[in-house]
Amino acid sequence: METRKHHVLSVLVENKPGVLTRVAGLFARRGFNIFSLAVAPTDDERFSRITVVVDVESAPLEQIIKQLDKLINVVRIDELAPGETVERELLLATLRARPEVRGQVIELVGVFEGRILSVGYDELIVSLDGSPEKLDDFEELVGNYGIVALQRTGRVALRKLHRRTPLSEVPEAS
Amino acid sequence: MKLNGGQALIKSLEMEGVDVIFGLPGGAILPVYDPIIDSPIRHILVRHEQGAGHMAEGYAHATGRPGVAMVTSGPAATNIVTPLCDAYMDSVPMVCITGQVPYAAIGTDAFQECDTTGITMAVTKHNFLVTDPQDIPRIVREAFHIATTGRPGPVLIDVPKDIVDPQNPRSAMDWYWPETVDLPGYHPVTHGEPALIREAAELILRAHRPVIYAGGGILKARGAEALLELAELCDIHVVTTLMARSAFPDDHRLALGMPGMHGNYTAVTAIQESDLLIALGSRFDDRVTGKVAAFAPDAKIIHVDIDPAELGKVRQPDVGIAGDSRLVMEELIRALSELGAPKALPDRSAWKSRLSGWQERYPLTYEMSEPGELLKPQFVLETLRDNTPEDTIVASGVGQHQMWTSQYWKFNHPYTWVNSGGLGTMGFSVPAAIGAKVGRPDRMVWSVDGDGCFQMTAQELVTAATERIPIKVAILNNAYLGMVRQWQEMFYEERYSEVYLSPDLPDYKMWAEAMGCIGMRVESPEEVLPAIEKANEIDDRPVVIDFRTDAREKVFPMVPAGLSNSEIQVDPNQRDGGR
Repeated sequence: METRKHHVLSVLVENKPGVLTRVAGLFARRGFNIFSLAVAPTDDERFSRITVVVDVESAPLEQIIKQLDKLINVVRIDELAPGETVERELLLATLRARPEVRGQVIELVGVFEGRILSVGYDELIVSLDGSPEKLDDFEELVGNYGIVALQRTGRVALRKLHRRTPLSEVPEAS
Repeated sequence: MKLNGGQALIKSLEMEGVDVIFGLPGGAILPVYDPIIDSPIRHILVRHEQGAGHMAEGYAHATGRPGVAMVTSGPAATNIVTPLCDAYMDSVPMVCITGQVPYAAIGTDAFQECDTTGITMAVTKHNFLVTDPQDIPRIVREAFHIATTGRPGPVLIDVPKDIVDPQNPRSAMDWYWPETVDLPGYHPVTHGEPALIREAAELILRAHRPVIYAGGGILKARGAEALLELAELCDIHVVTTLMARSAFPDDHRLALGMPGMHGNYTAVTAIQESDLLIALGSRFDDRVTGKVAAFAPDAKIIHVDIDPAELGKVRQPDVGIAGDSRLVMEELIRALSELGAPKALPDRSAWKSRLSGWQERYPLTYEMSEPGELLKPQFVLETLRDNTPEDTIVASGVGQHQMWTSQYWKFNHPYTWVNSGGLGTMGFSVPAAIGAKVGRPDRMVWSVDGDGCFQMTAQELVTAATERIPIKVAILNNAYLGMVRQWQEMFYEERYSEVYLSPDLPDYKMWAEAMGCIGMRVESPEEVLPAIEKANEIDDRPVVIDFRTDAREKVFPMVPAGLSNSEIQVDPNQRDGGR
């Protein structure tokens, strides 16, 4: 995955019915492309956070942000620049693991700090979380053994913390 | 005070100062229609829901206040989608209330159910589905706030029947009226950034070939006076886009008229040759820019718009100011005065003489008809223009007649031009004129319509006759879908495919009379003025005049779609060596 053309937007929205449709509909009708999307409520039940990875080759990022900002239910948009964010993604996969190679597959899962969730005669279900790049690497390696099914969540991200002293500026609102 | 949801909805509209609702009842909205009987709000019963929407728009264009339409669920809601989209494209403040099937029935494909909020999401500034009658005052307050502030636009409120039905205990609510709105994600900008205002003022003081490119945002911001002051202070010529016609007096020495695909030669060329384009409440629409890469190639751009997303959407500005165009113009005027305007302005006499040279060489032109020929539409419009009060409100449909009206009318009073620019909705004129007349009963209101447009929404003249709304309609009847015919003539080798409509079928005079209007037919130039004078005297019912016009007449100048504005085609009689 090329990070050059992908940007992560963290979009705080009001937790109201139809908000996801509004966001997704806006992307569709303005011709913007979504690479991945993750949505869940925040600690404040009035708001949800949408982490959307956008393909900025389809439209300038500035235009995407400005159009999103026009949605009444969108409260705040943060562009999370690469290197300034903590990103995580979850992967679930059913892997081909015939008895003679099962050990190798399990070893690979161990190296990536994944977990085995279910074991069948010649298949395994594994879970793995981490940075999207780590998940890409894992996907490529286990691909040699055979992937039966694979599901990734799309990434969630937050801005990295700055090391503020207690006397520094008022912290940014979430 | 205990109310049911229907009563709360009507009372909320009263609290918002609504004086008229354009609508048509039906099953799901019935409970909201009951309290209308006891309300001081006037209701105008339309003949088709599209008419209700365009009337609300016409009302908003003419008054600056939000228009209100109310219709039932399902097909009524889908019928009003076109006006919603029209209002969305042209930033018209409007609140639309739709009935919906009972909340528990939503999603079951109930009778006259449709996903109204889903369908209208892309054509409204915002929409609401009411789920609790207690929310009604808050939602109405928010809807009007959203519709009228920032970049105005249509807002829809979808109301399930059980929530407003007094038969249903669930419809009971405790009345309250929220004094403020709490919308954490909605903070429209108003004032311009002072540093940017200063930067813009400095650019203006250095420019030798500046042009103000005034857009519809000026009218939405009620900023016509500020525009006049700014233009005069800096002695800068003004082009007014189709949406901005009437924002600047056409008789003013600095007025250049309309730019764009059918703009006049001077307006189009002034933009092309300018070194500074001051875009105020305009959005670099493709009908104005032509080929974007070749648009005003030497110009620096100052772009002022209340919608930050417009800045840089089409053309990257050198100075982009997000703000209300009236407030920003006032701030600009102060900054310019502080910087020494008008004394500090450079000598622009060379530019001015180029502008007046173009105006002399390429005025709008047409040839009078020969005896026995059909009327020239431009002649009808000039006669109408010269024989109606100067503050007459003109509403047009979409097509050739719209372009001619915009070209030939002299707009000297703001908010007198009502038209469908962005969406280009045929059939807009008659209902929009009715809405404008309801909003401004003191003004004369003329609808200038095409025969194709007229057939789309003419039934609203029944509404106008019934409700005693005495609008006047001039049909420029050339028996064709004229603009399509013009394109087929110019770009499809005169292969006229499905554009002929017949001048006599329908018989417009008889049709008008059947709808309770006065009907007239005019075929020769000497009949034009008497017919207009007769129409002007009638004030108790609508009037329709069927002007028989020449289908061969084309709208010039023209910049063919996709070409550069520098490739403007003037009237054939003016093509003797180009510019």
